[in-house]
Amino acid sequence: MSPLQETQSLNNQNNLETSVLKPTAKYIDWLSSLVPGLLITLAIGFMALFLVLPLLVIFIEAFKLGLGEYFKSFQDPSAWHAVKLTLIATGISLPLNLVFGIAAAWAIAKFEFVGKSVLITLIDLPFAVSPIISGLIFVLMFGLQGWFGAWLAERDLQIIFAVPGIVLATIFVTFPFVARELIPLMQEQGSDEEQAAISLGATGWQSFFYITLPNIKWAVLYGVILCNARAMGEFGAVSVVSGHIRGKTNTVPLHIEILYNEYNVVAAFAMASLLALMGLVTLALKTFLEWKVQQDRNTTLEPTLAEVH
Amino acid sequence: MGIEVQRVSKTFGSFKALKDVSLKVNDGELVTLLGPSGSGKTTLLRIIAGLELPDDDDKGAVLFSGEDVAKKHVRDRQVGFVFQHYALFKHMSVFDNIAFGLRVRPKHERPSKQAIKDKVMSLLKLIQLEQFATRFPSQLSGGQRQRVALARALAIEPRVLLLDEPFGALDAKVRQGLRTWLRRLHDEVHVTTILVTHDQEEALEVADRVVVMNQSKIEQVGTPEEVFHKPASEFVIDFLGNVNVFKGRLESGRAHFDTLAMDVPGLAHAPAGHANVYVRPHDLDIDRQKNGSQSLAANIERINPAGAHAKLTLLGVDGNEIQVDLPFERFTALNLKPGELVYVSPRKVHVFAPEYMI
Repeated sequence: MSPLQETQSLNNQNNLETSVLKPTAKYIDWLSSLVPGLLITLAIGFMALFLVLPLLVIFIEAFKLGLGEYFKSFQDPSAWHAVKLTLIATGISLPLNLVFGIAAAWAIAKFEFVGKSVLITLIDLPFAVSPIISGLIFVLMFGLQGWFGAWLAERDLQIIFAVPGIVLATIFVTFPFVARELIPLMQEQGSDEEQAAISLGATGWQSFFYITLPNIKWAVLYGVILCNARAMGEFGAVSVVSGHIRGKTNTVPLHIEILYNEYNVVAAFAMASLLALMGLVTLALKTFLEWKVQQDRNTTLEPTLAEVH
Repeated sequence: MGIEVQRVSKTFGSFKALKDVSLKVNDGELVTLLGPSGSGKTTLLRIIAGLELPDDDDKGAVLFSGEDVAKKHVRDRQVGFVFQHYALFKHMSVFDNIAFGLRVRPKHERPSKQAIKDKVMSLLKLIQLEQFATRFPSQLSGGQRQRVALARALAIEPRVLLLDEPFGALDAKVRQGLRTWLRRLHDEVHVTTILVTHDQEEALEVADRVVVMNQSKIEQVGTPEEVFHKPASEFVIDFLGNVNVFKGRLESGRAHFDTLAMDVPGLAHAPAGHANVYVRPHDLDIDRQKNGSQSLAANIERINPAGAHAKLTLLGVDGNEIQVDLPFERFTALNLKPGELVYVSPRKVHVFAPEYMI
């Protein structure tokens, strides 16, 4: 019963029982129609101020000097380089995290082993740790003064302030997305179907590709999309390990910061509009997948045709 | 194919799920493993399938036609396993589900497309779901799903069919139908079958032989008739159907309980001591008067006349509840009413030699 209906029925009761309470009931009626409206207005206002307005500002600022200026900012080679680097870092970390994520979720959901709870906690670590710290970990490990610094320098391998460092930091930060998405789903599904497949003669790989994967495909896609969004937009961790070398180790978010600090507002917002656009596309895809998953679930849970043969 | 389980134990952490269990199943037989939950019946089934490994203690072995299969992986054992919750592949049609076991075979063993199709269609005919080939599991009823699961298991021409509470998730009517159908199917296909159930009626109705399990051990193995009429232990008589229990004494082959004393064949030389006397409700008769034969006085408390037998609940003079099943004709002839005082006389009692605790 909605609050409104509730008060209405309350109102009716009061009418029947006593008329003394009538003004009070009316007051409640008036209040109950006001409160939801007030809350909704508040929520919408808040969203507009903190979510929609900033998004609009990005596009307004980007197009402030017209379409020409907007597209001119992409002609800068360092801008293109930043886009390319972002795509490379994402392109490498995404498939790796896809494999890691599925492997970890598979192990956790379908098997019992010592250290399982530790593994589950570790998967969440990148969420818990500040991205700056995540970046620092890699500097402390692979930087010139770090644990492996001397060893790497001897072999002329550079990780920090170079592309490998950026890729590592991105992998670390985006590690939980796929696994987190899959673990609850795979745990819920159990391993009956896999056991059935294997008793029918399927090999481990066959049971994975024919049974497990089709059952988790939407959740995998969902995790990949979130992972992708975060990988492209990651600032903190990448900022620490990149060294901000223009045209060399700048990703899109880092490049935006530099442009903005140089008072090149239009160029900064033009780049930002790329990320924002990507975010919107991600959101749309995510919504679509959620709907799809929900639909899949509905078809599996829907009451079966009457139990009659 | 005959199956032999020799001295198998299984431990999960600190829980002993099976204690030194041995069992022989003959070729072409249908055997049910019957027991309460936690008695180890499903574990035993899963060990035979290879889904669970027995404790590694040098004693235990599982033999298929005399060959030790300990080292054989589930997929090489050629067992058809049917799960309680069907475990059908949700994203595949009925046809693809049944064909799965044939399609995953290595290329040189895989039948041709046409052969697979013929095989699946013949199985669909066997389970009477020919027109459902293109449906998905979510579009089938529970009973239909379980039949598809069975067809899927049969498709690989298993050497043994293992069913883990296959009808447990279905309602009573569907269960009954499938039970009869399964028995008929077995008479047709004749594949060695082991079925796990906690439903004694199901076990007794379907099986050639029943294996009664309790607390990780086998209590009795026998034909349905044997386990019902000649139960080997107190647990078996208690688990298979209703039974009245009287506290009594065993003395030189006679059971004394309440005011009665009855001969117990087979226990003439058992040492004297306390013993529980078991009487099935249908082994009790009711009379209005004492009629010479030994009887107990009791008050009729409740009468449930729905069914082939009228089920009466009586209260003995000592406050003991007594269940009596009277054939309906006898019940109507006596015209019994609640509250009446009547005399109950047992036709047959079961007593088990007292177990001495040290």
